[in-house]
Amino acid sequence: MIRSLPRSKQYNWSFNCFILLYFVFLFAPLVVTCVLAFNNSDFPSLPWKGFSLDWFLSDGPDRIGLFHDDQNLRSIVTSFQTAFFVSILSVVVGTCASFLFEKEEFRFKGVLYFLMLAPLVIPGVILGISQLLASNTAGMFFDENFGLDFEVFRPSFWLVVLGQFSFITTFVTLVVSARLRKFDHSLEEAALNLGATQLGVIRHITLKFLRPAIIGAGAVAFLMSFENFNTTLFLVGSEPTLPINLYLQVRDGSTPVINAVSLLLIVGTSLLALCNLYFSKKEE
Amino acid sequence: MINDLSITDMVKRFGDFTAVDGVSFDVPAGSFFSILGPSGCGKTTLLRMIAGFEEPTSGDIEIRGGSMLGVPPNKRPVNLVFQHLALFPMMNVAENIAFGLKRRGVDVPTITKKTETILERVGLPGYGTKQINQLSGGQKQRVAIARCLVLEPSVLLLDEPLGALDLKLREQMKVELKKLQAKVGTTFVYITHDQSEALVMSDRVAVMNKGRFEQVGIPQELYGKPATPFVAQFVGDNNKWSGKVVESDLEKVRIETDEGYSFLTKPHGACSCGERADLFLRPEAMLIEPKDRSGLNVFEVSVKSILFDGANSHLLTTTREDNELIVSLPQNHRFDHIEPGDDIAVGWHPDSGICFGAEE
Amino acid sequence: MPRSRMVFWIFFAPVIMWLMLLIVLPLCDLLTMSFRGENDYGDMVWTLQNYINFFDEPIYWLTFVRTCLYAVVTTVIVFLLSMPVSFYIAKLARARVQGALMIMLLLPFWVSELVRIYGWMILLRESGVLNFFMLKIGLINKPIEMLYNDATMIMGLVYTSMLFMVVPLVSVMESLDDSLIEAAHDLGAGQWTIWRTIIIPHCKPGITSGSIVVFMLVLGNYLTPNLMGGKNSLWFTEQIYNQFIASFNWNQGSAFGFLLLVLSSLIIWSGLKLTRQKLGEVAS
Repeated sequence: MIRSLPRSKQYNWSFNCFILLYFVFLFAPLVVTCVLAFNNSDFPSLPWKGFSLDWFLSDGPDRIGLFHDDQNLRSIVTSFQTAFFVSILSVVVGTCASFLFEKEEFRFKGVLYFLMLAPLVIPGVILGISQLLASNTAGMFFDENFGLDFEVFRPSFWLVVLGQFSFITTFVTLVVSARLRKFDHSLEEAALNLGATQLGVIRHITLKFLRPAIIGAGAVAFLMSFENFNTTLFLVGSEPTLPINLYLQVRDGSTPVINAVSLLLIVGTSLLALCNLYFSKKEE
Repeated sequence: MINDLSITDMVKRFGDFTAVDGVSFDVPAGSFFSILGPSGCGKTTLLRMIAGFEEPTSGDIEIRGGSMLGVPPNKRPVNLVFQHLALFPMMNVAENIAFGLKRRGVDVPTITKKTETILERVGLPGYGTKQINQLSGGQKQRVAIARCLVLEPSVLLLDEPLGALDLKLREQMKVELKKLQAKVGTTFVYITHDQSEALVMSDRVAVMNKGRFEQVGIPQELYGKPATPFVAQFVGDNNKWSGKVVESDLEKVRIETDEGYSFLTKPHGACSCGERADLFLRPEAMLIEPKDRSGLNVFEVSVKSILFDGANSHLLTTTREDNELIVSLPQNHRFDHIEPGDDIAVGWHPDSGICFGAEE
Repeated sequence: MPRSRMVFWIFFAPVIMWLMLLIVLPLCDLLTMSFRGENDYGDMVWTLQNYINFFDEPIYWLTFVRTCLYAVVTTVIVFLLSMPVSFYIAKLARARVQGALMIMLLLPFWVSELVRIYGWMILLRESGVLNFFMLKIGLINKPIEMLYNDATMIMGLVYTSMLFMVVPLVSVMESLDDSLIEAAHDLGAGQWTIWRTIIIPHCKPGITSGSIVVFMLVLGNYLTPNLMGGKNSLWFTEQIYNQFIASFNWNQGSAFGFLLLVLSSLIIWSGLKLTRQKLGEVAS
């Protein structure tokens, strides 16, 4: 049954086969995508026509490789910018939230905690449309009453940042809170006793203790933002993020450039995820 | 003499529960003061009020003459060595020690110098760059103390800091802590539930029970002249008899115990004729097979077992009514013949016993 | 010890701004928008018309019911598939392999959902890789279109949401003491009894949180049904998207969005009630 109990050969064998098949199922689409990025063909399909880097390097006129494809390159930059701002914002606010919920006592704390968890159970599409509506309402309000026109309230870069921030912060809060719960309260008292101010205690002791969790949560926030589709779809303006841009291309028919972008994405996210994993292991 | 710390009528209530109940004491400058009591007696609450983590319900705390009421913990000239030390795991030894100085805005060269000096003082020269988790239990102890001493506090508070150490190290640290205090001359207020720690290290000890001080005095007084039955039982080992006073004058009382022994002993407080009383007798006060029995209370007991513990060995004996009685067994080979099952005579001098009016 | 009010406000202010401005207000706006509509003269008035439309047009409510049912089916399939996989990782794999398996399990899910779906598309479509191989070995003599049907769509949904079941299941299974299983075995229980009386009851918190997250993700998914289910995938999020982006009827879209929110909240709430858990516990 388990490691320590005797198992029949058949049981072992069939279980191992099942797991093997499962991992084939898991990796097949990714492997195929990566391999076909190097196929010397105009379509991302077999037969194999030889190895080629055209879909990365070629600069036209028949084939435009990824590194000469302005539209894709621009969307990658946009995604990086979005993810950067989202992770910074959500780490700051998420850390505040975990301090608030773990250390402070106030009225309606339960209600607020429930609200904090709400983005976990609200489908991303709904978050997207509700923020689209709210920003539109706000824009009209300012326009009618003050004659002011804010770029932020129209589908745009910053609206995407706010939309992603609104639910990614919940994940950051949960990760940081988990670490904060393990914090030994007497360390804070010791620091106060040694003459630190309340803010000094937080800066020098508590935040230092939380640092690994904060960095980890930041990395997760970055990845989540980078690959978000559902919420972004409704908020995106003239600067599409990479997933949106890819979606538009996939919908209109595919070229191996998409494979090339995907390959970069797979390698990039894997590296970031592995780094994150490595550092969190080391911390333990 | 000036008092470094002086507590007046301190009371702390948590809801209905009174944790500290009207405690007053003074600690003279440069002395080692211990508060000894069982867990839950309120000693930690008392200490946390001195450190500023709790506000007293009423009463006053003065440190070097200045009232500390309403002063936040980070502004008080006292430092606390925590029970589990609370060393900052994300900093190395030197950073831990420098923490308080940095908060005061001391310049870097002075911090470096002071850190080195204090590390030498506590016997850890050159340990500054070590990480906290590289240190042994005793070394951590010394870093925690150094971290406080470097700030030159008026009073150093210690909250059972030896509790987490193993026995051998604890014995060693006791002596070291005493020596360190004598060397730096800082006033120490030490709380513990371990009577041996309190007796060995302190100039004066307060015994605390249920939020009150039972007795304050030098260690010899607590042991030799306990003021209350609680102190008699809590400080050192004691055998207890219950009985009735049959004769009494100022110097001596005669007690008839419930088992029918008749003992002459020293009274404490009012023990008038006919009242019930408790008699306390230390194991080492009893002499086995005394040669000169004149003036002694002598009676027969039977040996149940020998509790051998080196210099601290005892006989577990029973009286004729089957009550247990602990008797010291000196390791001078005179009593090597005693075996379980033997009947022996024990005697004790009336001055060694102490008698209180019975508690309700 | 009293903490200073200033510290409290430093934590409280950003958190309340986040929750009020980005979660509560937009959802309120969504609700009010759904009750607004144009009357016959083209003025905006309060109306129930958007909800009446939903029940009048079979295509709307059928899509709604269909989405809900498929989400349940997907959740069940994900659960059935995840159970043996997590059991293998937590209890059968050797300690050294365990970590590697876990990383392999996590990696594909860090890659954007779009890339994963794209991988499946080039695998399964008429000119896809799978068809190529099946033709090569003579299994079929003419390519089959494997995309754009319900079964494929469900497979895609299972694939994209699998991780959110496996991770909580692995962590609860790891917390199950091996000696409990050994004891049950020693006392004469068979495999089936061990599963029923020891493993499943112990894993209940993980199953609940996994199911909730999977269900919610599937319900709110847009990409997979859109790309793998093709034109007739009839997924409710697509209806929302159509109302918002294609028909530009935001009031109708808001009503749909609100209905979806009510449905997901209701199912999550009853799931929690049935297993007697709290959202806070499940989240952490």
